[in-house]
Amino acid sequence: MSGAQHECVPVLEVESLSRSFGGVRAVDRVSFTLFSSELLAMIGPNGAGKTTCFNMVNGQLRPDAGAVRLNGRSILGLPPRSIWRLGVGRTFQITATFASMTVRENVQMALVSYHRRSRALWRPARDHYFDEAMTLLERVGMDRQYDRACGVLAYGDLKRVELAVALANEPRLLLMDEPTAGMAPRERMELMQLTTEIVHERNIGVLFTEHDMDVVFAYADRIMVLDRGQLISEGPPMAVRSDRKVQEIYLGGSAVYGTEPA
Amino acid sequence: MTVPAGAPVLGLTGIDAFYGRAQILSGVSLEVRRGEVVTLLGRNGAGKSTTIKSIIGLVRPTKGELSFEGKSLRGLEPFQISRLGLGYVPEDRRVFTGLTVAENLEVGRQPRRENAPEWNHEKLFALFPNLATMNDRLGGLMSGGEQQMLTIARTLMGNPTTILLDEPSEGLAPVIVEQVAKTILDLKAQGLSILLSEQNLHLSTLVSDRAYIIEKGSIRYEGLMADLAGNEEIRGAYLMV
Amino acid sequence: MFLVASGLSIIFGVTRIVNFAHGSFYMLGAYIGYTLVQAIGSTAIGFWAAVLIAAVAVGAIGVVMEILLLRRIYRAPELFQLIATFGVILVIQDVALWVWGSEDLVGPQAPGLKGATSILGKPIPEYDLALIAISPLVLVGLWALFKLTRWGTLVRAATQDRQMVAALGVNQRWLFTGVLFLGSALAGLGGAVQIPKGGADLLMDFNILAVAFVVVVVGGMGSIFGAFWAAVLFGILQTFGIQILPNSTLVLMFLVMAVVLIFRPWGLLGMPETLGQAHPGPPEQPLRPALPRVRALGGAVTALLLALPIGHLVFPELVGVFTLVLVIEIMVFVLFAAALHFIMGPGGMVSFGHAAYFGGGAYAAALLVKFADAPFELAFWSAPVGAALLAFLFGWFCVRLSGVYFAMLTLAFAQIAWAFVFQDMPGSVLKTFGIADEFGTPLKITGGDDGLNDIWPSGWASTRIAYYYIAVGLSVAALWIMRRFLYAPFGYTLRAGRDSPLRAAAIGIDLTRHRWLAFTLSGAFTGLAGALFLFSKGSVFPTTLEIARSFDALLMVLLGGVQSLFGPIVGAAALTWLNDLFSVLSYWRFLLGVTIIALVLLLPQGIVGFAGTRLGRRLQLARPEEITA
Repeated sequence: MSGAQHECVPVLEVESLSRSFGGVRAVDRVSFTLFSSELLAMIGPNGAGKTTCFNMVNGQLRPDAGAVRLNGRSILGLPPRSIWRLGVGRTFQITATFASMTVRENVQMALVSYHRRSRALWRPARDHYFDEAMTLLERVGMDRQYDRACGVLAYGDLKRVELAVALANEPRLLLMDEPTAGMAPRERMELMQLTTEIVHERNIGVLFTEHDMDVVFAYADRIMVLDRGQLISEGPPMAVRSDRKVQEIYLGGSAVYGTEPA
Repeated sequence: MTVPAGAPVLGLTGIDAFYGRAQILSGVSLEVRRGEVVTLLGRNGAGKSTTIKSIIGLVRPTKGELSFEGKSLRGLEPFQISRLGLGYVPEDRRVFTGLTVAENLEVGRQPRRENAPEWNHEKLFALFPNLATMNDRLGGLMSGGEQQMLTIARTLMGNPTTILLDEPSEGLAPVIVEQVAKTILDLKAQGLSILLSEQNLHLSTLVSDRAYIIEKGSIRYEGLMADLAGNEEIRGAYLMV
Repeated sequence: MFLVASGLSIIFGVTRIVNFAHGSFYMLGAYIGYTLVQAIGSTAIGFWAAVLIAAVAVGAIGVVMEILLLRRIYRAPELFQLIATFGVILVIQDVALWVWGSEDLVGPQAPGLKGATSILGKPIPEYDLALIAISPLVLVGLWALFKLTRWGTLVRAATQDRQMVAALGVNQRWLFTGVLFLGSALAGLGGAVQIPKGGADLLMDFNILAVAFVVVVVGGMGSIFGAFWAAVLFGILQTFGIQILPNSTLVLMFLVMAVVLIFRPWGLLGMPETLGQAHPGPPEQPLRPALPRVRALGGAVTALLLALPIGHLVFPELVGVFTLVLVIEIMVFVLFAAALHFIMGPGGMVSFGHAAYFGGGAYAAALLVKFADAPFELAFWSAPVGAALLAFLFGWFCVRLSGVYFAMLTLAFAQIAWAFVFQDMPGSVLKTFGIADEFGTPLKITGGDDGLNDIWPSGWASTRIAYYYIAVGLSVAALWIMRRFLYAPFGYTLRAGRDSPLRAAAIGIDLTRHRWLAFTLSGAFTGLAGALFLFSKGSVFPTTLEIARSFDALLMVLLGGVQSLFGPIVGAAALTWLNDLFSVLSYWRFLLGVTIIALVLLLPQGIVGFAGTRLGRRLQLARPEEITA
C-alpha cells in the first residue's frame, strides 16, 4: 500500500435494491455507489428504509430484488459472517461491546475471530494478538485505558473502542449506524474527525446514518436522502441542504439544527 | 386551580441514586413551577433519565426529598405517584407493540382530575391528527415518530397536571422534532407543567423557560434558558458545544 | 393438558416468572378435588361443584404464594425466582405426603357420565367427551377476558412492559395477584377434572410440569392460543400413539417438539424473546490471572485431598471410611456443578436439565457393564462420551434459544430422558416385539424404578483408596482443564456471546456453534461426574436424572455465585454436606424447601456472592479494586 496515493475506486455498488414487508415497500429500487475514502451519509425520516437498507448490505436481510457488490464482487445472499470476512466493519447506534472484558480483550476477540482462532481451547486468550490489538487501540487513542473493563467506560470512549473493533478485520467498508448518537456536541465532532482521518489513511469507504444534521453537514462528502423507501435526493451537502423537497419532508424549517430559533 | 401559577409543583432536594453499586445521582436538586417548561440538559449517562425515573418512582433514591404539589413522594409506588397527576413519557417510547393504538390509549386512561385539562380521544386526535387514522393499528407497526406521538397521547389519557418527558427527540427526524416542539408548546398553553430531559440544545431553546445542566450526576448550572442560550462559556464548559 | 399449560403460559407471560410450583398446583388440584368429590361428589352437581371449588381453592393458594413470596422477589434476578418456586415444590410435596399419605389415590367415576358413547364404531367414554368440550370453552372464555375487558388489556400491556404500566398509574400488584389466581386455578382445575381418569399421586407434579413445559414451548411462551393448539396436537398424538406403541407418548412428544422447534424456534405462535433486559445488575469483572495467594490455596486444598487417605491409614479413627466416601461424593458434585457453571456462567445458558447428562453418563456406563460385560476402564470412559453424545443431540435444539426458553427446553429434554429410563422404554419396545429371555419373562433394560445394580470398579481400582485417588485425581484434572478452556479464546468467545450477541455476530462469530460445542463439552464433564458417581455407589437409579437432581446442581452454582469460577466449587461442597445432614430427617424436603425460600427472601442479591466479597477482602484473595468497583 502506498499510503499517500488514493485512487477512488468503488467499494460498494448497490443497484435497484428492493424489499417489502407485508406489502409495504420498505426499500424501493435504491441505487448508489460508494467510493473508497468517502463518507456517504444516509438520512431520512424514521421508517424511510435506512435500517432496512443497512441490513441488506450487511447480509442480515435478503433483498427481494437488486444487486449488492463489494469491491466488484456480488455479496448477495451471503450470511453476515461471510460479508464481515470480506471486509465490512460495523458500529452500532447503541454501543455493543463485551462489558465483562477489558478494552484490549474486546479488540483481541475481534482479531481472534478474524484469524479463525475462536475455538482454540488451550493457550490463554490474553496472549493472542496482543500487539496487534494495542496498535489498533493506539490509533483510536484508547491505548492508555487498555486494561479497564468496557462495562465501566465512559460512553464516548466506548465509541472509540467500537471503532477499533470494527477495524480488526481490515475493512474496506465501514457501516456506522448513528455513530454519534448520545454524545455531547464536541465529542461528536472529535469522533467524526478521527473516523475521517482513519478512513483516509486506510482508504476505507463509510456509509453512515445520522440524525444530527450538524455532524452530517460537517463530515459527509455526499448525502443521500431516503423517504418511504425511495431515494429522493443525492449529492454534496450544500445541494441537498437547499433541496426544497428534502426541507419539506425531512429537514423542516432548520429550527432544530440551525442556529436561528423560529 | 388549587396551586397558583408560578408556585412550585415539583421539587427535588438532594437526591442520591444508585444503580447496583455505581452512584448515578449525587445531591440533585431542582424545581418545576406551575405552567413552566423546564429542561434538564446533559449527555448520555449524565443522569438525566435516572433523575426522571426517580421522580416517577422507577428508581428508588437512597437519599433526598421528592415532593409533588406539596406532598412527599417518599415510599410511594410508581402507580401511586402517577395517580397524583404526574405523567411520564419514557425515553425510547415503550409503546405496547402488541396492542392497538386504541388499546394503548386505554392502558393510560385514568379518571379526570379537577385541576388538570381533561383528555379524550377526540381532543387527542386534534392534537395528533396522524393517530386518528390508525385506531386499530398495532403499536409495533408504527414509525418512530408516530410512536412518539402515541406515547405522549397515552400519558395524556391519565389527565396529568405535570408531565415528565424523557428525551422525546432521540432518534427522530428534524421535522418530527419540530412537531414535538410544537406539541410541547401546545401543552404548555393548556396549563401543563413540563420537565423535559434533552440533549438537543436547539429543541430545548425553542420550548423551555428554564434549564438545568446535569453532569456526572450533579446539577452544574441552573438558569433561564435565554441566559444559557446567550452564554457561550457555560455551554462550552458543560455541554461541550 | 391445555388447562395446565395455559395457566403456566399466562403466569409466565405477565410476571416473567417461570412458576415451577405450577405442577404442584396441578397435584393439589387433584388431591383437593379428590377429597371434595369423596365428600360431596355423589351427584352430578356435587361432582362439578367439587371440581370448581378445588380450582378456586388452588387459585387461592396461588394468591397466597404470590403475596407471601413472589411479591418480594419480582426485582430479584430471574434465577432466584425459579429457585424460590422450586422451594415451594418441595414444601408442597411433603405437605401432600403428610395430608394424603403416600398411597396413590384412585378417583371415583364422574356421576352421570359413567357410560361410553360409540363414535365411528369405537367406544369413547362420555367423560372424555365432556373433557374435550371443556378446553374450547375455557379458551373462548380466556380470549374474551383478555381481549374485551379493561383488565385483560392491562394484563396484556403488563406482559410486555410492566414498569410502564405501573408508571401509567395502574396498580400492577392486583394485576399480578389476579393473574396468579387465574393461572393457579386453571392448574387446579386441570388436576381436579382428571381425577376420574388418573386419580392423584405424588409424582404428578413433576410429570405434568415436563408435559406442560413441552406444550408451552411448542405453543410459544406466553401465547394462550399457542398452548391450546399444541395441547390439541399432543392430545391427538396421544390417542393414536398409545395404539401404536404403548409408553411411547413421551417419545412422540419429543419428536413433535423437535420438528416444531427446527422450523419455529420460538414455538408455533411464539414471538422472539425481547432482548435488552437480559442483564440485571452490574456486569462482572474481567478475568484476571489468579493471584499467587489463590494459587497457593488451590495447591493446598489439592495437597490436603491427596493426603487424606494417608491420614486414613495412619489415624483410622480420625479419618474414617465415611470421610473418604463423603469427599468422593463432594468431588463428584463439585465436578457436576463446575460443568454446569461452564455453560451457565460464561455461556449465559442456564440449563434446568443437566441431570440428563449426569444420569445419562452413568446409565451409559452401567448398561455397557451389564449387557456387554465391558471392562471397567472402557465402561468408565463411555460415560463422558455417551453424555457428550446426548448433549450433542439435545444441544442442537437448545442452543438456538436463550434465557428462559433455553431453560425450559433443557428441562423438557431431561424429563424425557428420565421417562425413557424410568419407564424402561427400550425394554417395553422389546416387549412389544415379543422378544424375551429363555424363560419367557420380558427383558428389562434400564431396570425402571429398580435401577441397575452391582456395578463396581474392577481389579486395581476396586479398593476404596485406589478409587478415591481416581475420583479426586480426575475431578481436579477436569476442573483444571475447564479453567484452561475458559481462559482460552473459546471461553472468551462464549462470554462475548453472553455480553453482546449483537457485537459477537458483527465480528463474525458463529455463536450457535460455539454454544453447541460448549454444551457438548459440559455434557462430557457432567458425564464424567456421573461415571464417578456410578462406580462409587455400585448402582444407578432413575433418580440420577430427576429434575430434583438438576436443581441440586443449579442450586450449587447459584449458592456459590455464578460470576466466579470458584463459586460452583464452594457451593457444591457446601450443599452436598448440607444434604447429607438433612437427609436423615423425615420430611427433609420440607426443611430444604423452607431453607431455600428463606435464603432467597433474606439474601435476594446472592448468597455467597455477598459473603464472598467480605471474606475475600479479609483473606486478600481478591484484588482490592475488584471488590470496591
